[in-house]
Amino acid sequence: MGLSCTHAVPEYIRLIAAGRYDDAYMINWTSNVFPGVLGRTCDRPCEPACRRGRVEDHNQEKPEPVAICRLKRVAADSKNDIRERLPKPPSQGNGKRVACIGAGPASLTVARDLAPLGYEVTIFDQDPRAGGMIRSQIPRFRLPEDVIDEEVGYVIDTGVEFRGGVRINSMAKLLGEGFDAIFVGTGAPRGRDLDLPGRKEAAKNIHIGIDWLSSVSFGHIDKVGKRVIVLGGGNTAMDCCRTARRLGGEDVKVVVRSGFEEMKASPWEKEDAMHEGIPILNFLVPKEFVHDDGKLTGVVFEKVQAVYDARGRRQLVPTGDPDEHFECDDVLVAVGQENAFSWIERDCGIEFNDWGMPVVDETTLQSSLPGVLFGGDAAFGPKNIIWAVAHGHEAAISIDRLCHDEDTADRPPPLVNLVSQKMGIHEWTYDNDISNDLRHKVPLREQKIALKNINVEVELGFDQKLAFDEAQRCLNCDVQTVFSSPLCIECDACVDICPMDCITFTEDGEEEELRGRLNAPAENPLQDLYVAGALKTGRIMVKDEDVCLHCGLCAERCPTGAWDMRKFLLHMTPAGQGCRDRK
Amino acid sequence: MTYISKPKLRHPHLKTNKFGFTHRDYEGAVSTLCAGCGHDSISAAIIQACFELDLPPHRIAKLSGIGCSSKTPTYFLGNSHGFNSVHGRMPSVLTGANLANRDLIYLGISGDGDSASIGLGQFAHSLRRGVNMVYIVENNGVYGLTKGQFSATSDRGSKSKKGATNRDSAIDMVMLAMELGATYVARGFSGDKAQLVPLIKGAIVHRGAAFIDCISPCIAFNNHPGSTKGFDYVREHNEAVNRLDVMSPRETITVDYQAGEVEEVTQHDGSVLRLRKLSEEYDVHDRVAAMHHLQKSKAAGEIVTGVLHVDREPDDLHANLNTLTAPFNKLTEKELCPGSPALEKFNASHR
Repeated sequence: MGLSCTHAVPEYIRLIAAGRYDDAYMINWTSNVFPGVLGRTCDRPCEPACRRGRVEDHNQEKPEPVAICRLKRVAADSKNDIRERLPKPPSQGNGKRVACIGAGPASLTVARDLAPLGYEVTIFDQDPRAGGMIRSQIPRFRLPEDVIDEEVGYVIDTGVEFRGGVRINSMAKLLGEGFDAIFVGTGAPRGRDLDLPGRKEAAKNIHIGIDWLSSVSFGHIDKVGKRVIVLGGGNTAMDCCRTARRLGGEDVKVVVRSGFEEMKASPWEKEDAMHEGIPILNFLVPKEFVHDDGKLTGVVFEKVQAVYDARGRRQLVPTGDPDEHFECDDVLVAVGQENAFSWIERDCGIEFNDWGMPVVDETTLQSSLPGVLFGGDAAFGPKNIIWAVAHGHEAAISIDRLCHDEDTADRPPPLVNLVSQKMGIHEWTYDNDISNDLRHKVPLREQKIALKNINVEVELGFDQKLAFDEAQRCLNCDVQTVFSSPLCIECDACVDICPMDCITFTEDGEEEELRGRLNAPAENPLQDLYVAGALKTGRIMVKDEDVCLHCGLCAERCPTGAWDMRKFLLHMTPAGQGCRDRK
Repeated sequence: MTYISKPKLRHPHLKTNKFGFTHRDYEGAVSTLCAGCGHDSISAAIIQACFELDLPPHRIAKLSGIGCSSKTPTYFLGNSHGFNSVHGRMPSVLTGANLANRDLIYLGISGDGDSASIGLGQFAHSLRRGVNMVYIVENNGVYGLTKGQFSATSDRGSKSKKGATNRDSAIDMVMLAMELGATYVARGFSGDKAQLVPLIKGAIVHRGAAFIDCISPCIAFNNHPGSTKGFDYVREHNEAVNRLDVMSPRETITVDYQAGEVEEVTQHDGSVLRLRKLSEEYDVHDRVAAMHHLQKSKAAGEIVTGVLHVDREPDDLHANLNTLTAPFNKLTEKELCPGSPALEKFNASHR
């Protein structure tokens, strides 16, 4: 499972397959706060970890994980009114006051976790509406406004005070206002600039990507030149070029320094841009903005190639070819983002490192001033929404313990649960048949319509039928094979039926040697072998979990119940009574 | 049985054989037998043996009679020829098929009911005629399909699941096969594939009547204390007299053995049966001495397994009958209807 959203993915995928969208949504909402937003925009750290990709290796032409992210969206799109199931503002406060700076995903998560517990949470943001980068930087054709309004609204409705249009200019002043804790979730609001010849002169037509996107979002900008060059290869660059395409840009191109493969943008975002007729040109380093008396006319690029030294480090070396000149009317610079903490006085007790970043504890998210915490992009530099949410949860736990005079270094253990899924001789609580479907594509809106209006969402999302088919690709990884040696009679039934040749009964040995002599080689050293001894013949049972399909056939063919399928549930303890010391 | 079929997905890095097939390409439909049935393990061993020998599936014919064992050909070699015949009549159908086309590999799959009771006569005659085949009896010592009565191979004194004691003598299929002239005789155990797979491979490369008695515990009706065909009993009383490796003609021999420990028997196709002796006195070529040893071990309550007899110079039915080498389906009208002069000549030879 992915790193940052430790929730039960197969569990909610099964609920989606069963048409229980409300329940699927609530599982998501509890852990990631923004299922509808993330179901459209997530960086999907979970998908590379999805087993489906591994088991399709050498079986399908293009092995692909389950479309976890887009299934999440189905839960959000298809649910009924779930407001009754959300936590209500408490009737009585606990007397503690928390300030959150910035109304992005990190702060909103802190607020949602704490407000229902009785905390008086106030969120400050310079923008008039809450959402942070979700609202200001992600274009509407990827994320409609009503989705943001809905999910941000759910947070505010837990009893949070939002003070929009208020810019906090002094941490020292804020510290004097008597808050019990201050959470800084201000993101990485400053776009990097390119200081090249012609930058100043042609400034009118050279825009910083995130600022430009934000202006588009808030309606301050509604058109762009016909020929647009986007500099940079991250997801912001992809948003810039696709936005430009909708604001009048006809000849829009993305130009990156590195190779196409090394670009930071998610592969699917690159695909989406190219699908809209936007070429991505690589190995071109911008050298000069060309202008005609202050009117931008183009950009000059130096051609480079990647050269690797003996240690495998890459360098971009000029090829010596003549420079390339591309004509354009506007340039969007999306070459990275930086934090901006000028509003935090360096003498107010918060320690900063040499790079101008606050010193933040990775577990508790506290700064050197225990009552001031950082999360999201503000803590460790630009990452993504799902990380910001994870930080928010952790910060909320820290604040809750802090406000109860408990050590924040003691983190609450997660709740784990392992229960048999057997319903009958060959019946399980889950559908154990394995679908052979390839990953289903999300239907898109017709391009003619999509490119005309920036507010028209491009992806239509899975309908319920497609969602069911895609959900069936899920291998129910959380339902684990559990083996009991005393029950085993070594009949080999499990070995014979296992479609992936995962199970071997053999003589004991050292792991490395053992891995080589299993029925099928166990090639992923990161995946532990499941070993059980004390069998009657003196042999051991070895199972290589790496490509197990969780089809449960070993358990179905086992005559003695030595194999069982048990569902593993990991429940992260949230802020509140459960995260505090037992007294 | 299971409600779902075996998923098509397979391990990404399975070994492939000469044809680029993995062992999974030799599978059949998913088994409908009881969970844990020994027969399923034998099916898996057959799959493995055919995969390892690089056999083209369409050159194999699998034939069976009636019973749990005789259902199993559906569960392996899904791309081979199959014939599910009448109870106990598999040997005759197989003999006929073999006479019509000697180019195929014939796998006869039978059980203790099918071969030791209703089909005992058929069993006997196919062996004494030396039909080139692999005849496997999946021997569980019980009528599983009719809920657990003693079969003809149940040992005298063994107990049924309900506690009744068997008063009849058991038919020892191995002794019978040796007596009847099978030229390759082995006994295996479904719970030991390391031994069973080579035994099946050896039987396939053997050009003559090959017989394997494979003890196959019936989980539902014959795997309890008092049974002599259950997992625990067979494991406790198993006396393996040798270990077999089957080397195909293209494999080079890499392991050195001390003289006397290993015996090699070259087969017609150039394959080598390499026998590592586990019992000093046991000689697979001395039929009389081997039968003597089997009788002694049986009296002592041991179950002898391994290759029990190999004839160095096996005959087969076609050699004895001096038949044409070409299969019937390759003969044209000209050969099949040689005309009146040929008939005249033939009739004259009988006058």
